[in-house]
Amino acid sequence: MKLSSEEVKHIALLARLGLSEAEIEKFRVQLSNILENFEILKQVDTTDLPPTAQSIALQNVLRPDETKPSYPVEDILANAPQRDSNCFKTRAVLE
Amino acid sequence: MNDLHQLTISQAHQLLKEKKVSSVELTKATLARLIKVEDKVHACVTISEDAALEQAKEADKVISSGKIKPLTGIPTLIKDNMCTKGIKTTCSSKILENFIPPYDATVIEKLKADNAVILGKTNMDEFAMGSSTENSAFFPTRNPWDLDRVRGGSSGGSVVAVATDEAIYALGSDTGGSIRQPAGFCSVVGFKPTYGRVSRFGLVAFASSLDQIGPITKTVADCALVLNAIAGHDPRDSTSAPHPVPDYNKALIPELKNLRLGIPKEYFVEGMQNEVRASTEAAINKLKELGAKVDWDASLPRTKHALAVYYILAPSEASANLARYDGVKYGFSYQDTNNMWEAMEKTKQFGFGAEVKRRIMLGTYALSAGYYDAYYLKAQKVRTLIRREFDQAFEKYDALITPTSPTVPFKIGEKVDDPMQMYLSDVCTLPINIAGLPAISIPAGFADGLPMGMQIIGKPFDEETILRIAFAYEQATDWHKRKPPI
Repeated sequence: MKLSSEEVKHIALLARLGLSEAEIEKFRVQLSNILENFEILKQVDTTDLPPTAQSIALQNVLRPDETKPSYPVEDILANAPQRDSNCFKTRAVLE
Repeated sequence: MNDLHQLTISQAHQLLKEKKVSSVELTKATLARLIKVEDKVHACVTISEDAALEQAKEADKVISSGKIKPLTGIPTLIKDNMCTKGIKTTCSSKILENFIPPYDATVIEKLKADNAVILGKTNMDEFAMGSSTENSAFFPTRNPWDLDRVRGGSSGGSVVAVATDEAIYALGSDTGGSIRQPAGFCSVVGFKPTYGRVSRFGLVAFASSLDQIGPITKTVADCALVLNAIAGHDPRDSTSAPHPVPDYNKALIPELKNLRLGIPKEYFVEGMQNEVRASTEAAINKLKELGAKVDWDASLPRTKHALAVYYILAPSEASANLARYDGVKYGFSYQDTNNMWEAMEKTKQFGFGAEVKRRIMLGTYALSAGYYDAYYLKAQKVRTLIRREFDQAFEKYDALITPTSPTVPFKIGEKVDDPMQMYLSDVCTLPINIAGLPAISIPAGFADGLPMGMQIIGKPFDEETILRIAFAYEQATDWHKRKPPI
Protein backbone atom coordinates (compact mmCIF):
# COMPACT_ATOMS: atom_id res chain seq x y z
CA MET A 1 0.00 0.00 0.00
CA LYS A 2 1.85 3.09 -1.23
CA LEU A 3 0.34 6.40 -0.19
CA SER A 4 0.61 9.52 -2.34
CA SER A 5 1.29 13.00 -0.96
CA GLU A 6 -2.27 13.91 -1.92
CA GLU A 7 -3.64 11.07 0.22
CA VAL A 8 -1.49 12.11 3.17
CA LYS A 9 -2.77 15.69 2.84
CA HIS A 10 -6.35 14.42 2.66
CA ILE A 11 -5.95 12.38 5.86
CA ALA A 12 -4.38 15.39 7.62
CA LEU A 13 -7.36 17.49 6.55
CA LEU A 14 -9.82 14.91 7.93
CA ALA A 15 -7.92 15.01 11.23
CA ARG A 16 -7.59 18.83 11.11
CA LEU A 17 -3.90 18.29 11.71
CA GLY A 18 -1.46 20.81 10.24
CA LEU A 19 1.67 19.25 8.73
CA SER A 20 4.80 20.77 7.21
CA GLU A 21 5.97 19.65 3.74
CA ALA A 22 8.77 17.66 5.40
CA GLU A 23 6.27 15.90 7.69
CA ILE A 24 4.02 15.06 4.74
CA GLU A 25 6.90 13.30 2.99
CA LYS A 26 8.11 11.56 6.18
CA PHE A 27 4.62 10.27 7.02
CA ARG A 28 4.01 9.23 3.39
CA VAL A 29 6.96 6.85 3.60
CA GLN A 30 6.41 5.69 7.19
CA LEU A 31 2.65 5.19 6.93
CA SER A 32 3.05 3.27 3.66
CA ASN A 33 5.49 0.96 5.40
CA ILE A 34 3.21 0.46 8.41
CA LEU A 35 0.17 -0.20 6.19
CA GLU A 36 2.16 -2.85 4.34
CA ASN A 37 2.59 -4.65 7.65
CA PHE A 38 -1.20 -4.67 8.08
CA GLU A 39 -1.61 -6.77 4.91
CA ILE A 40 -1.13 -9.84 7.11
CA LEU A 41 -4.74 -9.50 8.29
CA LYS A 42 -5.97 -10.29 4.79
CA GLN A 43 -4.95 -13.91 5.39
CA VAL A 44 -7.49 -14.23 8.21
CA ASP A 45 -10.96 -15.49 7.34
CA THR A 46 -13.40 -13.34 9.32
CA THR A 47 -16.62 -14.36 7.57
CA ASP A 48 -19.60 -14.26 9.95
CA LEU A 49 -17.43 -13.10 12.87
CA PRO A 50 -18.80 -10.34 15.10
CA PRO A 51 -16.45 -7.41 15.77
CA THR A 52 -15.19 -6.85 19.33
CA ALA A 53 -15.31 -3.21 20.40
CA GLN A 54 -14.20 -3.83 23.97
CA SER A 55 -13.31 -6.88 25.98
CA ILE A 56 -15.87 -7.04 28.79
CA ALA A 57 -19.47 -7.87 28.05
CA LEU A 58 -21.11 -4.77 29.47
CA GLN A 59 -23.83 -3.18 27.40
CA ASN A 60 -26.05 -0.15 27.84
CA VAL A 61 -24.81 0.86 31.27
CA LEU A 62 -27.49 3.14 32.70
CA ARG A 63 -27.59 5.40 35.73
CA PRO A 64 -30.48 6.96 37.65
CA ASP A 65 -31.50 10.32 36.20
CA GLU A 66 -30.63 12.37 39.26
CA THR A 67 -29.25 15.88 39.42
CA LYS A 68 -25.88 16.36 41.05
CA PRO A 69 -23.73 19.45 41.53
CA SER A 70 -21.49 20.15 38.54
CA TYR A 71 -17.99 21.60 38.64
CA PRO A 72 -17.77 25.32 39.47
CA VAL A 73 -17.70 27.49 36.30
CA GLU A 74 -14.50 29.23 37.42
CA ASP A 75 -12.68 25.90 37.84
CA ILE A 76 -13.63 24.77 34.34
CA LEU A 77 -12.76 28.11 32.73
CA ALA A 78 -9.44 28.34 34.57
CA ASN A 79 -7.66 26.49 31.74
CA ALA A 80 -9.38 28.37 28.90
CA PRO A 81 -6.91 29.87 26.41
CA GLN A 82 -9.40 32.71 25.84
CA ARG A 83 -12.60 33.56 27.66
CA ASP A 84 -15.32 36.17 27.57
CA SER A 85 -17.24 36.54 30.86
CA ASN A 86 -18.58 33.03 31.58
CA CYS A 87 -17.89 31.57 28.14
CA PHE A 88 -15.05 30.00 26.20
CA LYS A 89 -14.10 32.42 23.44
CA THR A 90 -13.59 30.96 20.02
CA ARG A 91 -13.22 32.26 16.48
CA ALA A 92 -16.21 32.79 14.19
CA VAL A 93 -17.42 29.50 12.66
CA LEU A 94 -19.44 31.28 9.96
CA GLU A 95 -17.96 34.40 8.42
CA MET B 1 17.70 5.58 59.52
CA ASN B 2 19.21 7.00 56.36
CA ASP B 3 17.82 4.51 53.90
CA LEU B 4 14.08 4.84 54.43
CA HIS B 5 13.61 5.32 50.69
CA GLN B 6 14.66 1.69 50.16
CA LEU B 7 11.67 0.34 52.09
CA THR B 8 8.83 -1.59 50.52
CA ILE B 9 5.23 -0.62 51.26
CA SER B 10 4.88 -3.52 53.71
CA GLN B 11 8.05 -2.55 55.59
CA ALA B 12 7.19 1.15 55.67
CA HIS B 13 3.66 0.39 56.88
CA GLN B 14 5.01 -1.66 59.76
CA LEU B 15 7.37 1.13 60.88
CA LEU B 16 4.61 3.76 60.59
CA LYS B 17 2.16 1.59 62.49
CA GLU B 18 4.63 0.98 65.30
CA LYS B 19 5.41 4.72 65.26
CA LYS B 20 9.10 4.04 64.76
CA VAL B 21 9.02 6.42 61.82
CA SER B 22 6.67 9.28 60.90
CA SER B 23 5.25 9.88 57.46
CA VAL B 24 7.00 13.27 57.41
CA GLU B 25 10.38 11.56 58.02
CA LEU B 26 9.67 8.94 55.38
CA THR B 27 8.51 11.58 52.89
CA LYS B 28 11.56 13.80 53.50
CA ALA B 29 13.94 10.85 53.11
CA THR B 30 12.29 9.77 49.87
CA LEU B 31 12.26 13.32 48.50
CA ALA B 32 15.96 13.64 49.33
CA ARG B 33 16.69 10.45 47.40
CA LEU B 34 14.50 11.66 44.52
CA ILE B 35 16.35 14.97 44.25
CA LYS B 36 19.70 13.18 44.45
CA VAL B 37 19.16 10.76 41.55
CA GLU B 38 16.76 12.80 39.42
CA ASP B 39 19.61 14.56 37.58
CA LYS B 40 20.79 11.21 36.29
CA VAL B 41 17.51 9.47 35.44
CA HIS B 42 14.95 12.24 34.69
CA ALA B 43 11.97 10.23 35.90
CA CYS B 44 9.78 13.15 37.04
CA VAL B 45 8.13 16.06 35.24
CA THR B 46 6.61 17.66 38.36
CA ILE B 47 7.73 17.41 41.98
CA SER B 48 5.05 18.64 44.39
CA GLU B 49 7.18 18.84 47.52
CA ASP B 50 5.00 21.24 49.55
CA ALA B 51 1.75 19.40 48.87
CA ALA B 52 3.48 16.10 49.70
CA LEU B 53 4.71 17.36 53.07
CA GLU B 54 1.21 18.64 53.89
CA GLN B 55 -0.21 15.22 53.02
CA ALA B 56 2.47 13.57 55.18
CA LYS B 57 1.54 15.75 58.18
CA GLU B 58 -2.10 14.86 57.66
CA ALA B 59 -1.18 11.16 57.42
CA ASP B 60 0.71 11.37 60.71
CA LYS B 61 -2.44 12.72 62.40
CA VAL B 62 -4.48 9.85 60.97
CA ILE B 63 -1.85 7.35 62.19
CA SER B 64 -1.89 8.92 65.68
CA SER B 65 -5.64 8.44 65.80
CA GLY B 66 -5.13 4.73 65.06
CA LYS B 67 -6.77 4.73 61.62
CA ILE B 68 -3.81 3.62 59.53
CA LYS B 69 -4.44 1.79 56.23
CA PRO B 70 -1.80 -0.06 54.17
CA LEU B 71 -0.91 2.99 52.01
CA THR B 72 -1.33 5.68 54.68
CA GLY B 73 1.64 8.00 54.88
CA ILE B 74 3.62 6.23 52.15
CA PRO B 75 5.16 8.31 49.31
CA THR B 76 4.18 7.53 45.74
CA LEU B 77 4.64 8.96 42.24
CA ILE B 78 1.95 9.09 39.56
CA LYS B 79 2.29 8.82 35.80
CA ASP B 80 1.51 12.22 34.35
CA ASN B 81 -1.61 11.11 32.48
CA MET B 82 -3.74 10.78 35.61
CA CYS B 83 -5.53 13.96 36.64
CA THR B 84 -4.39 15.48 39.92
CA LYS B 85 -6.47 18.41 41.16
CA GLY B 86 -4.36 21.55 41.38
CA ILE B 87 -1.19 19.80 40.13
CA LYS B 88 -0.17 19.96 36.47
CA THR B 89 -1.05 16.95 34.33
CA THR B 90 0.90 17.22 31.10
CA CYS B 91 0.95 13.76 29.47
CA SER B 92 4.55 14.83 28.69
CA SER B 93 3.04 16.86 25.84
CA LYS B 94 3.49 20.46 24.84
CA ILE B 95 -0.25 20.65 24.24
CA LEU B 96 -0.97 20.06 27.97
CA GLU B 97 2.24 21.65 29.31
CA ASN B 98 0.31 24.07 31.54
CA PHE B 99 -2.89 22.10 32.14
CA ILE B 100 -4.02 22.03 35.78
CA PRO B 101 -6.94 19.61 36.22
CA PRO B 102 -9.99 20.84 38.16
CA TYR B 103 -10.56 17.33 39.55
CA ASP B 104 -8.81 14.15 40.68
CA ALA B 105 -8.87 10.86 38.78
CA THR B 106 -10.73 8.14 40.69
CA VAL B 107 -7.46 6.34 41.51
CA ILE B 108 -6.07 9.59 42.98
CA GLU B 109 -9.25 10.08 45.04
CA LYS B 110 -8.81 6.56 46.36
CA LEU B 111 -5.14 7.08 47.25
CA LYS B 112 -5.99 10.37 48.96
CA ALA B 113 -8.84 8.73 50.90
CA ASP B 114 -6.19 6.34 52.27
CA ASN B 115 -3.90 9.32 53.07
CA ALA B 116 -1.21 8.36 50.61
CA VAL B 117 1.54 10.95 49.98
CA ILE B 118 1.89 12.05 46.36
CA LEU B 119 5.41 13.31 45.61
CA GLY B 120 4.77 14.31 42.02
CA LYS B 121 4.19 13.21 38.44
CA THR B 122 6.36 11.02 36.25
CA ASN B 123 7.64 11.31 32.70
CA MET B 124 6.14 9.22 29.90
CA ASP B 125 5.99 8.87 26.17
CA GLU B 126 3.72 11.69 24.98
CA PHE B 127 0.09 10.62 25.54
CA ALA B 128 1.47 7.15 26.44
CA MET B 129 2.38 6.49 22.81
CA GLY B 130 5.73 4.77 22.74
CA SER B 131 7.93 2.00 24.02
CA SER B 132 10.94 3.93 25.27
CA THR B 133 9.92 7.23 26.94
CA GLU B 134 11.90 8.93 24.15
CA ASN B 135 8.65 10.45 22.90
CA SER B 136 8.32 12.74 25.92
CA ALA B 137 8.11 16.34 24.71
CA PHE B 138 10.33 17.35 27.63
CA PHE B 139 13.26 14.89 27.99
CA PRO B 140 13.95 11.15 27.79
CA THR B 141 14.07 9.16 31.01
CA ARG B 142 17.23 7.06 31.50
CA ASN B 143 17.55 3.42 32.47
CA PRO B 144 19.31 3.23 35.86
CA TRP B 145 20.87 -0.12 34.86
CA ASP B 146 22.59 1.53 31.89
CA LEU B 147 22.07 5.24 31.31
CA ASP B 148 22.63 4.85 27.55
CA ARG B 149 19.70 2.45 27.21
CA VAL B 150 15.97 3.09 27.17
CA ARG B 151 13.96 2.21 30.21
CA GLY B 152 10.97 1.13 28.18
CA GLY B 153 7.72 2.91 27.84
CA SER B 154 5.42 4.48 28.08
CA SER B 155 5.30 4.45 31.91
CA GLY B 156 9.11 4.83 31.93
CA GLY B 157 9.21 7.55 34.58
CA SER B 158 7.08 5.61 37.07
CA VAL B 159 9.11 2.44 36.58
CA VAL B 160 12.50 4.15 36.90
CA ALA B 161 11.28 5.99 39.99
CA VAL B 162 10.49 2.69 41.71
CA ALA B 163 13.71 1.03 40.51
CA THR B 164 15.81 3.87 41.93
CA ASP B 165 13.82 4.31 45.19
CA GLU B 166 12.57 7.79 44.21
CA ALA B 167 9.22 6.57 45.50
CA ILE B 168 8.08 3.53 47.47
CA TYR B 169 5.67 2.65 44.65
CA ALA B 170 4.08 4.29 41.61
CA LEU B 171 1.05 4.14 39.33
CA GLY B 172 1.34 3.60 35.60
CA SER B 173 -1.04 2.97 32.73
CA ASP B 174 -0.88 0.17 30.18
CA THR B 175 -2.44 0.28 26.71
CA GLY B 176 -0.18 -2.22 24.90
CA GLY B 177 2.48 -3.02 27.50
CA SER B 178 3.27 0.41 28.94
CA ILE B 179 3.50 -0.88 32.52
CA ARG B 180 4.89 -4.39 31.90
CA GLN B 181 7.52 -3.71 29.22
CA PRO B 182 9.36 -0.97 31.18
CA ALA B 183 8.95 -2.98 34.42
CA GLY B 184 10.75 -5.85 32.69
CA PHE B 185 13.45 -3.48 31.41
CA CYS B 186 14.09 -2.06 34.90
CA SER B 187 13.57 -5.13 37.13
CA VAL B 188 10.48 -4.06 39.09
CA VAL B 189 6.97 -5.50 39.43
CA GLY B 190 4.41 -4.05 37.00
CA PHE B 191 0.79 -5.18 36.84
CA LYS B 192 -1.90 -4.50 34.26
CA PRO B 193 -5.22 -5.55 35.77
CA THR B 194 -8.16 -6.89 33.74
CA TYR B 195 -9.79 -4.23 31.56
CA GLY B 196 -12.55 -2.78 33.76
CA ARG B 197 -10.96 -3.72 37.10
CA VAL B 198 -9.66 -0.20 37.83
CA SER B 199 -11.59 2.95 36.96
CA ARG B 200 -10.27 5.00 34.06
CA PHE B 201 -12.10 8.16 35.17
CA GLY B 202 -9.54 10.96 35.09
CA LEU B 203 -7.00 8.96 33.07
CA VAL B 204 -6.29 11.03 29.95
CA ALA B 205 -7.69 8.86 27.16
CA PHE B 206 -5.35 7.27 24.60
CA ALA B 207 -7.17 4.11 23.40
CA SER B 208 -10.28 3.74 25.53
CA SER B 209 -10.91 0.03 24.91
CA LEU B 210 -7.31 -0.90 25.82
CA ASP B 211 -6.16 1.55 28.54
CA GLN B 212 -5.88 0.30 32.12
CA ILE B 213 -4.20 1.75 35.25
CA GLY B 214 -2.02 -0.48 37.42
CA PRO B 215 0.58 -0.65 40.20
CA ILE B 216 4.37 -0.51 39.81
CA THR B 217 6.06 -1.82 42.96
CA LYS B 218 9.24 -3.34 44.41
CA THR B 219 7.57 -6.62 45.45
CA VAL B 220 4.54 -8.73 44.57
CA ALA B 221 3.11 -8.30 48.08
CA ASP B 222 3.21 -4.52 47.56
CA CYS B 223 1.47 -4.97 44.23
CA ALA B 224 -1.44 -6.72 46.00
CA LEU B 225 -1.69 -3.85 48.51
CA VAL B 226 -1.86 -1.17 45.79
CA LEU B 227 -4.35 -3.18 43.76
CA ASN B 228 -6.55 -3.54 46.85
CA ALA B 229 -6.55 0.26 47.14
CA ILE B 230 -7.32 1.18 43.52
CA ALA B 231 -9.56 -1.64 42.19
CA GLY B 232 -13.33 -1.51 42.10
CA HIS B 233 -16.41 -0.35 40.25
CA ASP B 234 -16.85 3.35 39.56
CA PRO B 235 -20.13 4.77 38.26
CA ARG B 236 -18.15 7.53 36.49
CA ASP B 237 -16.49 4.96 34.20
CA SER B 238 -19.19 2.99 32.44
CA THR B 239 -16.61 0.39 31.33
CA SER B 240 -15.54 -0.35 34.91
CA ALA B 241 -16.75 -3.78 35.98
CA PRO B 242 -19.43 -4.15 38.68
CA HIS B 243 -17.69 -7.27 40.04
CA PRO B 244 -16.76 -7.70 43.71
CA VAL B 245 -13.07 -7.11 44.47
CA PRO B 246 -11.35 -9.83 46.53
CA ASP B 247 -8.67 -9.16 49.13
CA TYR B 248 -5.56 -9.68 47.00
CA ASN B 249 -3.37 -10.26 50.07
CA LYS B 250 -5.08 -13.61 50.45
CA ALA B 251 -3.84 -14.65 47.01
CA LEU B 252 -0.22 -14.64 48.16
CA ILE B 253 0.37 -18.37 48.67
CA PRO B 254 3.97 -19.48 48.06
CA GLU B 255 3.29 -22.83 46.36
CA LEU B 256 1.88 -23.79 42.99
CA LYS B 257 0.73 -27.37 43.45
CA ASN B 258 -1.52 -28.55 40.61
CA LEU B 259 -1.57 -25.18 38.87
CA ARG B 260 -1.60 -25.71 35.11
CA LEU B 261 0.70 -23.37 33.21
CA GLY B 262 0.80 -23.05 29.43
CA ILE B 263 3.87 -21.76 27.59
CA PRO B 264 2.61 -20.38 24.25
CA LYS B 265 5.38 -21.10 21.76
CA GLU B 266 4.47 -18.13 19.55
CA TYR B 267 5.84 -15.80 22.25
CA PHE B 268 9.31 -17.19 21.75
CA VAL B 269 9.55 -15.20 18.56
CA GLU B 270 12.05 -15.08 15.79
CA GLY B 271 14.67 -12.47 16.57
CA MET B 272 14.34 -13.13 20.27
CA GLN B 273 17.59 -12.70 22.18
CA ASN B 274 19.10 -16.08 23.15
CA GLU B 275 19.86 -15.00 26.71
CA VAL B 276 16.27 -13.83 27.16
CA ARG B 277 15.04 -17.21 25.95
CA ALA B 278 17.38 -19.04 28.34
CA SER B 279 16.42 -16.88 31.34
CA THR B 280 12.72 -17.33 30.63
CA GLU B 281 13.10 -21.09 30.38
CA ALA B 282 15.04 -21.14 33.65
CA ALA B 283 12.27 -19.12 35.31
CA ILE B 284 9.62 -21.52 34.03
CA ASN B 285 11.61 -24.49 35.35
CA LYS B 286 11.61 -22.79 38.73
CA LEU B 287 7.79 -22.60 38.59
CA LYS B 288 7.78 -26.33 37.88
CA GLU B 289 9.96 -26.95 40.96
CA LEU B 290 7.37 -25.04 42.96
CA GLY B 291 4.71 -27.55 41.98
CA ALA B 292 3.19 -26.22 38.77
CA LYS B 293 2.35 -28.47 35.84
CA VAL B 294 4.01 -26.97 32.81
CA ASP B 295 2.93 -27.56 29.20
CA TRP B 296 5.63 -26.31 26.82
CA ASP B 297 3.44 -26.96 23.78
CA ALA B 298 0.68 -24.42 24.32
CA SER B 299 -0.15 -22.54 21.16
CA LEU B 300 -1.83 -19.23 20.34
CA PRO B 301 -1.44 -19.05 16.55
CA ARG B 302 -3.28 -15.71 16.28
CA THR B 303 -0.40 -14.02 18.12
CA LYS B 304 1.17 -13.15 14.78
CA HIS B 305 -1.84 -10.98 13.93
CA ALA B 306 -1.90 -9.07 17.22
CA LEU B 307 0.61 -6.40 16.21
CA ALA B 308 -1.42 -5.38 13.15
CA VAL B 309 -4.70 -5.47 15.10
CA TYR B 310 -3.22 -3.32 17.84
CA TYR B 311 -1.71 -0.74 15.50
CA ILE B 312 -5.05 -0.33 13.75
CA LEU B 313 -7.29 -0.23 16.84
CA ALA B 314 -5.12 1.86 19.19
CA PRO B 315 -4.41 4.67 16.68
CA SER B 316 -8.06 4.66 15.55
CA GLU B 317 -9.26 5.19 19.10
CA ALA B 318 -6.48 7.72 19.68
CA SER B 319 -7.42 9.74 16.61
CA ALA B 320 -10.97 10.08 17.97
CA ASN B 321 -9.84 10.81 21.55
CA LEU B 322 -7.24 13.40 20.56
CA ALA B 323 -9.65 15.38 18.37
CA ARG B 324 -10.61 17.22 21.57
CA TYR B 325 -7.33 19.18 21.63
CA ASP B 326 -8.68 22.02 19.52
CA GLY B 327 -7.17 24.88 21.50
CA VAL B 328 -10.55 26.15 22.73
CA LYS B 329 -11.23 24.67 26.16
CA TYR B 330 -7.75 24.01 27.57
CA GLY B 331 -4.18 23.37 26.56
CA PHE B 332 -1.87 24.99 24.04
CA SER B 333 -3.74 27.23 21.59
CA TYR B 334 -2.34 28.76 18.42
CA GLN B 335 -3.44 32.40 18.50
CA ASP B 336 -1.89 34.07 15.47
CA THR B 337 -4.88 33.80 13.13
CA ASN B 338 -8.57 34.69 12.92
CA ASN B 339 -9.40 31.58 10.93
CA MET B 340 -10.98 28.84 13.06
CA TRP B 341 -9.71 25.91 10.97
CA GLU B 342 -6.19 27.28 10.74
CA ALA B 343 -6.12 27.81 14.51
CA MET B 344 -7.20 24.21 15.08
CA GLU B 345 -4.71 22.76 12.59
CA LYS B 346 -1.77 24.79 13.87
CA THR B 347 -2.66 24.10 17.52
CA LYS B 348 -2.20 20.39 16.78
CA GLN B 349 0.77 20.90 14.46
CA PHE B 350 2.79 22.76 17.10
CA GLY B 351 1.24 21.06 20.17
CA PHE B 352 1.77 17.39 19.29
CA GLY B 353 5.04 15.49 18.75
CA ALA B 354 5.90 13.18 15.84
CA GLU B 355 4.61 9.87 17.26
CA VAL B 356 1.27 11.37 18.31
CA LYS B 357 0.82 12.88 14.84
CA ARG B 358 1.79 9.57 13.22
CA ARG B 359 -0.87 7.71 15.20
CA ILE B 360 -3.55 10.35 14.55
CA MET B 361 -2.80 9.99 10.83
CA LEU B 362 -2.82 6.18 10.97
CA GLY B 363 -6.07 6.07 12.93
CA THR B 364 -7.80 8.67 10.79
CA TYR B 365 -6.85 6.67 7.71
CA ALA B 366 -8.11 3.37 9.20
CA LEU B 367 -11.45 5.00 10.07
CA SER B 368 -11.91 6.96 6.84
CA ALA B 369 -14.50 6.28 4.17
CA GLY B 370 -13.44 3.42 1.91
CA TYR B 371 -10.91 2.01 4.37
CA TYR B 372 -13.05 1.46 7.49
CA ASP B 373 -14.10 -2.08 6.54
CA ALA B 374 -10.66 -3.15 5.36
CA TYR B 375 -8.80 -1.89 8.41
CA TYR B 376 -10.84 -0.93 11.48
CA LEU B 377 -13.70 -3.43 11.16
CA LYS B 378 -11.32 -6.19 10.04
CA ALA B 379 -9.10 -5.57 13.07
CA GLN B 380 -12.12 -5.68 15.41
CA LYS B 381 -13.10 -9.06 13.94
CA VAL B 382 -9.60 -10.48 14.33
CA ARG B 383 -9.75 -9.14 17.88
CA THR B 384 -12.69 -11.49 18.44
CA LEU B 385 -10.54 -14.42 17.27
CA ILE B 386 -7.64 -13.42 19.51
CA ARG B 387 -9.91 -13.25 22.54
CA ARG B 388 -11.56 -16.60 21.72
CA GLU B 389 -8.17 -18.21 21.38
CA PHE B 390 -7.20 -17.03 24.87
CA ASP B 391 -10.57 -18.23 26.24
CA GLN B 392 -9.91 -21.68 24.78
CA ALA B 393 -6.39 -21.75 26.21
CA PHE B 394 -7.76 -20.93 29.65
CA GLU B 395 -9.96 -24.03 29.54
CA LYS B 396 -6.68 -25.97 29.73
CA TYR B 397 -4.45 -23.66 31.73
CA ASP B 398 -4.76 -21.53 34.85
CA ALA B 399 -2.19 -19.07 33.53
CA LEU B 400 0.17 -18.50 30.61
CA ILE B 401 3.87 -17.67 30.96
CA THR B 402 5.94 -15.68 28.45
CA PRO B 403 8.90 -13.31 28.42
CA THR B 404 7.79 -9.69 28.89
CA SER B 405 9.89 -8.53 25.96
CA PRO B 406 11.89 -10.43 23.33
CA THR B 407 15.08 -8.45 24.08
CA VAL B 408 16.81 -6.54 26.86
CA PRO B 409 16.59 -2.71 26.73
CA PHE B 410 17.84 -1.23 23.48
CA LYS B 411 20.10 1.84 23.12
CA ILE B 412 18.58 5.31 23.30
CA GLY B 413 17.96 6.54 19.76
CA GLU B 414 18.35 3.09 18.21
CA LYS B 415 14.72 2.71 17.09
CA VAL B 416 13.36 6.23 17.28
CA ASP B 417 13.30 6.72 13.50
CA ASP B 418 12.00 3.25 12.71
CA PRO B 419 8.43 3.02 14.01
CA MET B 420 7.92 -0.63 12.96
CA GLN B 421 11.02 -1.77 14.91
CA MET B 422 9.82 0.21 17.93
CA TYR B 423 6.33 -1.31 17.67
CA LEU B 424 7.86 -4.84 17.65
CA SER B 425 9.32 -4.35 21.13
CA ASP B 426 5.76 -4.69 22.51
CA VAL B 427 5.00 -7.92 20.65
CA CYS B 428 4.67 -10.00 23.84
CA THR B 429 2.51 -7.55 25.75
CA LEU B 430 -0.05 -6.08 23.36
CA PRO B 431 -2.11 -9.23 22.67
CA ILE B 432 -3.07 -9.12 26.35
CA ASN B 433 -4.62 -5.64 26.01
CA ILE B 434 -6.45 -6.70 22.86
CA ALA B 435 -8.06 -9.53 24.86
CA GLY B 436 -8.51 -7.34 27.99
CA LEU B 437 -6.71 -9.85 30.23
CA PRO B 438 -4.72 -9.25 33.43
CA ALA B 439 -0.93 -9.75 33.29
CA ILE B 440 2.10 -8.99 35.44
CA SER B 441 5.79 -8.58 34.71
CA ILE B 442 8.16 -9.61 37.48
CA PRO B 443 11.98 -9.58 37.66
CA ALA B 444 13.16 -12.92 36.27
CA GLY B 445 16.84 -12.64 35.58
CA PHE B 446 19.50 -10.81 33.64
CA ALA B 447 20.78 -11.10 30.10
CA ASP B 448 24.03 -9.36 29.19
CA GLY B 449 23.92 -7.76 32.64
CA LEU B 450 20.59 -6.10 31.83
CA PRO B 451 17.30 -7.02 33.48
CA MET B 452 14.52 -9.01 31.89
CA GLY B 453 10.98 -9.75 33.00
CA MET B 454 8.70 -12.77 33.02
CA GLN B 455 5.09 -12.15 32.07
CA ILE B 456 2.28 -14.09 33.74
CA ILE B 457 -1.09 -13.83 31.98
CA GLY B 458 -4.36 -14.77 33.71
CA LYS B 459 -8.05 -15.29 33.05
CA PRO B 460 -10.29 -12.22 33.03
CA PHE B 461 -10.79 -10.96 36.61
CA ASP B 462 -8.53 -13.68 38.01
CA GLU B 463 -5.78 -11.37 39.23
CA GLU B 464 -5.37 -13.69 42.23
CA THR B 465 -3.81 -16.62 40.35
CA ILE B 466 -1.30 -14.28 38.72
CA LEU B 467 -0.33 -12.80 42.08
CA ARG B 468 0.01 -16.26 43.58
CA ILE B 469 2.40 -17.43 40.84
CA ALA B 470 4.36 -14.18 40.97
CA PHE B 471 4.59 -14.32 44.75
CA ALA B 472 5.74 -17.96 44.81
CA TYR B 473 8.42 -17.21 42.21
CA GLU B 474 9.59 -14.10 44.05
CA GLN B 475 9.86 -16.00 47.34
CA ALA B 476 12.02 -18.62 45.63
CA THR B 477 14.37 -16.19 43.85
CA ASP B 478 16.20 -12.98 44.64
CA TRP B 479 16.23 -11.10 41.33
CA HIS B 480 13.94 -8.47 42.87
CA LYS B 481 16.56 -7.68 45.51
CA ARG B 482 19.15 -6.53 42.98
CA LYS B 483 19.35 -2.77 42.72
CA PRO B 484 20.62 -0.71 39.80
CA PRO B 485 24.12 0.78 40.26
CA ILE B 486 23.00 4.35 40.89
